[in-house]
Amino acid sequence: MRRGSYRRRTLVHAGVAVSAIALVVSGCGGSSSGGGGGKPKAAANVFNAGVTGVRNVSTKTGGTLNLIADGDCDYYDPARTYYGHCWDMQRLFSRGLMAYKPEPGSAGLDVVPDLASEAGTSSDGGKTWTYKIRSGLKFEDGSPITSKEVKYAIERVFAGSVINGGPTYVVSFLCPTPTNSSGGCDSYKGPYKDKDPNHLGLSTITTPDDQTVVFHLNTKVGDWNYIMALPASTPVPIAYDQSSKGGAKYTFHPMSSGPYKFASYSPGKSLTLVRNTNWSASSDPFRKALVDKIVFTVDTNDEDIDNRLINNIADVDISGVGVQVATQSKILTNPTLKARADNPVTGATRYIAIESKVAPFDNKDCRLAVQYGISKVDFQTARGGPIGGGDIATTMLNPAVKGYTKFDLYPDNNGAGDVTKAKEELAKCGHPNGFTTHMATQSTTKGKAVAAAVQNSLKRIGINVIIDEGDAATYYSQFIGAPAVNRQKDRGLMYAGWGADWPTGYGFFSSLIDGRKILPQGNSNYSETNDPKINQMIDQAVGTTDPDAAAKIWGDVDKQLMSEDATLVPMTYDKALVINSTNVTNAFILSSMLGIYDFQAMGKS
Amino acid sequence: MLQYIARRLILVVVLLWIVSMVTFGIFFLIPKATHTSTAALFAGKAPTSDTIKEIEVKFGLNDPIPVQYWHFVEGVFVGRDYDAGASRDHCPAPCLGFSFVNNVPVWQEITSDLPVTISMAIGAAILWLLAGTAIGVLSALRRRSFFDRAAMGVALAGVSLPIYFTGLVLLSLISYKWNILPNVHYVGITQNPLSWARNLLLPWISLAFLYAALYARLTRAGMLETLGEDYIRTARAKGLSEQRVIGRHALRAALTPIVTIFGLDLGQLLGGAILTEYTFGFVGIGKLSVDAIFRQDLPVILGVTLFAAFFIVMANLIVDVLYAFVDPRVRYS
Repeated sequence: MRRGSYRRRTLVHAGVAVSAIALVVSGCGGSSSGGGGGKPKAAANVFNAGVTGVRNVSTKTGGTLNLIADGDCDYYDPARTYYGHCWDMQRLFSRGLMAYKPEPGSAGLDVVPDLASEAGTSSDGGKTWTYKIRSGLKFEDGSPITSKEVKYAIERVFAGSVINGGPTYVVSFLCPTPTNSSGGCDSYKGPYKDKDPNHLGLSTITTPDDQTVVFHLNTKVGDWNYIMALPASTPVPIAYDQSSKGGAKYTFHPMSSGPYKFASYSPGKSLTLVRNTNWSASSDPFRKALVDKIVFTVDTNDEDIDNRLINNIADVDISGVGVQVATQSKILTNPTLKARADNPVTGATRYIAIESKVAPFDNKDCRLAVQYGISKVDFQTARGGPIGGGDIATTMLNPAVKGYTKFDLYPDNNGAGDVTKAKEELAKCGHPNGFTTHMATQSTTKGKAVAAAVQNSLKRIGINVIIDEGDAATYYSQFIGAPAVNRQKDRGLMYAGWGADWPTGYGFFSSLIDGRKILPQGNSNYSETNDPKINQMIDQAVGTTDPDAAAKIWGDVDKQLMSEDATLVPMTYDKALVINSTNVTNAFILSSMLGIYDFQAMGKS
Repeated sequence: MLQYIARRLILVVVLLWIVSMVTFGIFFLIPKATHTSTAALFAGKAPTSDTIKEIEVKFGLNDPIPVQYWHFVEGVFVGRDYDAGASRDHCPAPCLGFSFVNNVPVWQEITSDLPVTISMAIGAAILWLLAGTAIGVLSALRRRSFFDRAAMGVALAGVSLPIYFTGLVLLSLISYKWNILPNVHYVGITQNPLSWARNLLLPWISLAFLYAALYARLTRAGMLETLGEDYIRTARAKGLSEQRVIGRHALRAALTPIVTIFGLDLGQLLGGAILTEYTFGFVGIGKLSVDAIFRQDLPVILGVTLFAAFFIVMANLIVDVLYAFVDPRVRYS
């Protein structure tokens, strides 16, 4: 899931992180079969109230929720969207088999059945998953929702030339034959090229009856219930999608299965949602659908967005990236405004990837020199300080992800860097006077600032960093996504950010450090970490259906990565300062959605 | 006159053809310079090579460059189909390409955002033209008076202050502090004409303040020069009223440079008032082009560039034709 300038996503707030983790580790946070929508935990309107509790609890219905952001969603097609806040928006009109529990704090990390009557079950340790769909469900046009529409929705993800942009995990796990070298599926090309007259030709999903859908995976996947909470499991009506309004154009009016439906959409400008009369609250485990209408407007001026929120003209900035620097000071120095604000951890870890195939970083001691010598405090300041930038990180796994264990293998004077220790490591790796390397960064203001901070801090130990700037739009997919180019350009260091697609170790780590997933293009394992032990631990964790046991393994993976490989330098856990209008009720941060508010729960006073 | 217009129209077509060729080169130069694949730009995050191949087929990206350019030009006149077997997209004429990001014809994106830009540009242009020339004339007639000095001082400030400063000050005071025009947002003229004008008032004033200042100074200088001409003295000697001397003789001649610059300014604004749109949160052609640049949506960049170039060359043509009406000394034959 994307947010701002990092890839993918995760969860929770630092202030509750410790308790959240304690819950998870002690086994209280892993339920995926319970319903959501229990009695909300009301919180007084104080700073960070929306992180641990619910602001302005109310059951009042009616009114219009005015959403705002400085840009439109990437897509509204549930199979194509990859922006975190757009996944959150999907909860208004899309219902998948599973969904995140609508509660603040660590409970929001759990998935609960949505279209499914209960969480998916596996009889063979995670290779075959069966879901029973609730009966009486309808699309906005009144047509019934059955298992076939769910199967069809998943099939669409296979049609890469039409349905692209979103995550493709289902392709990896449901391709009838082994995926090809680029991760594509040669044996099934999606429902638009399907030889089956009903466009339901994918053999690995079966629908024994209208209420049952069975997934036959090509490997054990313990996190399948989380994958089914991704928007792509939202059913899509077959005839509609095969018409001129479907396919690539489906994004302009996805057929609603949730409480709201598209009334009008002007791409890049505005979206108006109104009540879907074919949605029934009795069939929905948690949505209350309090407001009558939701209007989302694109405002290009970020300062103006902040002013609108503060002056109650707009209700919520859906992007969740936080207010501007000037507004941040205004909020923090004004007690009334500060009481309205929240400062959640967004779920992403900012880090420096050390390319282990670029000399001299092929020597672990040289990597350790960077681990010790880099100044995380300067990095944090460059990203906006503790409030706007984030907390200093010592682990790759984000505090919000299940399995996180707090440890610090490279004590560095509280983030300022241990120059003496770093120089010792440099001497061990045969470069006592340092060396020269390149560092890739984004050509954005923050990208340049963090690169300069890294450059200055490593200069202290004699490492001369030459900065290579890449365009933000293609930075991850192309600029640093080709290992051969990185090696050729001597890029020993790469600035990156990462948040999981779902809040488990698999969602966080799978593409980041699995040595078997190093791709020639579109690679996410920037450091080219390929540790057989890590690969083996990943396989073990992926095939573990017990969430607590899996979480424990992921925690161990993090330690193995940091101690034995040291190829990634965790820098900060992202945070953002956000504020809503005072008219919004039931506002709380949904940890699983990049620390963004749960829009579907909101009402108007 | 008709011959002149026809000749100029041919030149317009030639100019647009050159612009299109140059901007079309962006397709090949940018991906080459940044070591990226054009198809990968369309395919979203981490596409598989299969997806990239299908997209290359669909958009004809494997064809030789002249063939691709020919298909582009053909699309402008007769429309175009992007076909990849299962996924077929029709782009009706005038087809300026297909957006990589939004997956819709570029022309559709431009026409969707155009009303915002036109509304801002036309309204502001009327304001600055009327205010700027009126102040310029009055300043020229009351040369070195308090009014002249004050007006020219304000004009200097107007030229010097960037639009994002003026706009933000107006928003801060009028919208948020005094609440006179709260919640500024674009409303279509067909939806509610009064609300349309109300919401556009601040962008109009911001733009007009910037441009009117320049027009006032130009008008003043032109008027002062013209008022010293022999034919003005002659007109006065003939006993014409001062109103007639100023309105019919002096102002018409002084307007020639104003008309020239007005055409260029208006054409440029219609191609996108980026800063004004960003300041007031409006989504027009300017925002479209900036977003396209950030997302490397090459077809949109190409389309907007051509579109902006069209406005500027057409505005130039109209200005040249208007010369004949404004300045009696100009005749096309």
